[in-house]
Amino acid sequence: MDIIFQTWSWYVSGFLIGLIMLALIYFGKSFGMSSNLRSLCSMAGLGKRVAFFDFDWKAQRWNLVVVLGAMLGGFVAVHFMSDASNVNINPDTIEQLATLGIDAPNGKLVPDALFGMSILESPKSIFILLIGGVLIGFGSRYAGGCTSGHAISGLSNLQIPSLKAVIGFFIGGLIMAHFLLPLILN
Amino acid sequence: MKNILKYLLVGFVFGIVLTKSEAVSWYRIYEMFQFQSFHMYGIISVAILTGIIGIQIIKRNNIKDIKGESIEIPDKEKGSARYVIGGLFFGLGWALVGSCPGPIFILLGAGFWTVLIVLFGALVGTYLYGLLKSKLPH
Repeated sequence: MDIIFQTWSWYVSGFLIGLIMLALIYFGKSFGMSSNLRSLCSMAGLGKRVAFFDFDWKAQRWNLVVVLGAMLGGFVAVHFMSDASNVNINPDTIEQLATLGIDAPNGKLVPDALFGMSILESPKSIFILLIGGVLIGFGSRYAGGCTSGHAISGLSNLQIPSLKAVIGFFIGGLIMAHFLLPLILN
Repeated sequence: MKNILKYLLVGFVFGIVLTKSEAVSWYRIYEMFQFQSFHMYGIISVAILTGIIGIQIIKRNNIKDIKGESIEIPDKEKGSARYVIGGLFFGLGWALVGSCPGPIFILLGAGFWTVLIVLFGALVGTYLYGLLKSKLPH
């Protein structure tokens, strides 16, 4: 039973993610999550105003079904497969986060300080999540893919453009984690 | 129906794996960018390695897809600016809210309702790109 509740190892998890990508290739599709955001914009009728969203999103319905499945998977994993021993991150990281006012995980996937319902009382906290989302949506569409489309699918197919995108992901991530995040949280 | 079920199942496994590996965790992303754990690097590396081997097997053996058609994986468009600049924006967001598009949906499914704000932002960001596309260097 331990295997259900404990954190899954990087090698098992990585292997399964690779298989998920290969399964979608076998189904004649491709692995990419951020393109669903474009489909959702198109579904909302934005194609009438902006040509980029004027495409046949119905051909991408299969990917929205993948998203629905992922949401169900997240629900099951969090509600029936979790344990207080989870998210056992580096103690140095916990110490460092404490200085930024971020609570320790203690089994939680996300910090209350950033994602708890009480943040709804703080315009700054709402703004952080909103801006983070805007950067993710804008950046992934500009780069033509996110972690799934470029880092996993693209690099698996030895695509140089994907390598450039992944280098961009990491430069941006390092700038945020090391320089901007401490300024934002203090 | 069977057609839909296979996508639902793939998504379901994806949601479970990303949650159980804690790749959906803000903490894991922060820890990764601080170089304080190998966990996330291990996940990404093994996923890519599995993918490289799988794609090479498909290409060399000319394996057909589920419908019996040959598998064509299109190359990404050539270029640099869009990948590096777009990637940079994405990375800033990824490290700030600790989730990329897949985890945004997975966390929402798990009931982390404040992630709705992130999703709304991501849709706004996607819309902004659509609006500005012709003016941006690609």
